[in-house]
Amino acid sequence: MLIDSSVLASTLFALFVVGTLYLVYRATKQRREVTDFYNAGGRLNGFQNGLAISADYMSAASFLGIAGLISLFGFDGFLYSIGFLVAWLLALLLVAEPLRNSGRFTMGDVVAFRMRQAPVRTAAATSTVIVSVFYLLAQMVGAGALVALLLGFTNPEAKNWIIVGVGLLMIVYVTVGGMRGTSYVQITQAFLLITGATAMTVMVFANFSFDLNALLDKAAEMSGQGIAFLEPGGRFGPDIVGDPVATLIGKIDLISLALALVLGTSGLPHILIRFYTVPSAKVARKSVNWAIGNIGAFYLMTIALGFGAAALVPREVLGMGVNSDGSLVNTSGNVAAPQLALELGGGDGSLGGAFMVAFIGAIAFAVILATVSGLTLASSSSFAHDLYANVIRKGKATPAEEVRVARIAALVIGVLAIVLAISSQGLNVAFLVGLAFAIAASGNLPAVLLTMFWKKFNTRGAVFAIYGGLGAALLLLVLSPNFSGAANSFIPLATGFDINVFPLRNPGLISIPFGFFMGWLGTVTSSERDVAKYAELEVRSLTGAKIEKPSTH
Amino acid sequence: MATRTEEDVWVDAQQSAEFRAHRKRYRSFVFPFAVGFLVWYFGFILLTTFARDFVSTPVWGSVNVAFVLAILQFVTTFFIAWLYDRYATRRLDGPGRDLKRRVESELAQC
Repeated sequence: MLIDSSVLASTLFALFVVGTLYLVYRATKQRREVTDFYNAGGRLNGFQNGLAISADYMSAASFLGIAGLISLFGFDGFLYSIGFLVAWLLALLLVAEPLRNSGRFTMGDVVAFRMRQAPVRTAAATSTVIVSVFYLLAQMVGAGALVALLLGFTNPEAKNWIIVGVGLLMIVYVTVGGMRGTSYVQITQAFLLITGATAMTVMVFANFSFDLNALLDKAAEMSGQGIAFLEPGGRFGPDIVGDPVATLIGKIDLISLALALVLGTSGLPHILIRFYTVPSAKVARKSVNWAIGNIGAFYLMTIALGFGAAALVPREVLGMGVNSDGSLVNTSGNVAAPQLALELGGGDGSLGGAFMVAFIGAIAFAVILATVSGLTLASSSSFAHDLYANVIRKGKATPAEEVRVARIAALVIGVLAIVLAISSQGLNVAFLVGLAFAIAASGNLPAVLLTMFWKKFNTRGAVFAIYGGLGAALLLLVLSPNFSGAANSFIPLATGFDINVFPLRNPGLISIPFGFFMGWLGTVTSSERDVAKYAELEVRSLTGAKIEKPSTH
Repeated sequence: MATRTEEDVWVDAQQSAEFRAHRKRYRSFVFPFAVGFLVWYFGFILLTTFARDFVSTPVWGSVNVAFVLAILQFVTTFFIAWLYDRYATRRLDGPGRDLKRRVESELAQC
């Protein structure tokens, strides 16, 4: 049905791909040293890195997922926007600058700083790869959903080929361009995303004579839920009449999600390594503030995108059809943003509509590509730098060998992500990302914070914190209704397989405190203390003494 | 006088009055603000979870208390980010740079 827009979208997207491939190619011309692969030589400025951070962070979950949730469930979808933004204060105040000052390439650099290298780096690499692959999965699923709409077919084979295409491009960006090339792709993407979102926001408001209340009223009316659409409880922790236990569990689940969102950001490996791409802690701080400005502006615009879609696009279109019992076929809402673009451009069959869908679709592809590239880079550099160079080769690998291993790892992880994504379509992207945040907050954040701020913290504490938090989060996920025993579980109800014994869909409320607890437990049961190394870590983290000089050309 | 090792330099720097004052200036800003924003954020989440009647009160047309609090979360995030950058530029960057120079010159003599 959307043949025009699919041709246009393909053209625009091809332009983006050609442009970014050129940027990546140019980046390789500038490369002189091995550090370029890991941290772009530490030579980005605050504005550039701020844009790149925004691109890494504002993924398909933000653009497609949040807009979709708001369009179907109203106010509750906006809670994601708030959590995703507020989380940056933790990164700004406690993580970005100390991390920049005391590490070089990976999260493992900082966590293993004053510990025995092999066990801690192994744990850090394990956790980095698991978090990144989970997050990658979410992005690739988003890519598939988008294609279904843009190219107008629901043929799963076509979706799979697009996932393969996105995966191959990301592998090229990372293996050829490294951190520098990937950063250029991300900067381009952030610029496109902000432009596109701003254009759509202005167009939505123009439809309602720039009256916010008119927009909200129309959205409430079109949702069929009336004023309740604008109030909390549409999606998370709804008040279920006659079942106080289920009601309470739902509410606790919301708090658990909120905790994961606000603590997860500072534990995401692909975000943490971005702080290494600038020359100093001061620039890292500036780049976080640029990112907060960009990200905050974008998330404010999700109000217009989400409620705009609810007000202007019929609900059955947002839900991709209606079942015979009146329920929506697909409650992920992932197609809300492109559908809104179609409507804003003049509707189905109009040239303007085709152009807008193509424009927004191309941006969404760029968004996904930039994020998956960052994730692939984070996991492959952790594998190469933490696991291969420091554990397997015990620090004896040459930089060239290290980077070769990183490139191979990027290829393997990329292929793995493609295969996993093809087998797990149909889940809401923002929801999947919420889970990735919970795993990051449980497995990584306790170790990162404790090593920087707790003098006694030691090897066993770090290892316990990472495996404990990670293990708890993964175990609780498998025992939750996400995995089995509910209508929309990963394993269909019809199979009769049911190990659903943990009622929360988001494990953060239990697994994050558990990660901190295990960090404490491991520490106090081991007598290891490296006083001098802690002195070095503390002085370096707060002053930048002995920081790696940016590469010079 | 015996030559100092790098370890001595780090430990002495950590114990020095200048570094302790620097660390205190850093922590006395970031710890209260980190706790503060978390309390404010979870206060908002708890209200939207357990005080639904209150946050559903209309304030301006269809805009209810929940929306107003949500927007205020954005405002406070921007404000704290700006405030911390100003504080760090004025109070932390200078002393940090001095300490860095001193430690690096001592390390060079090891």
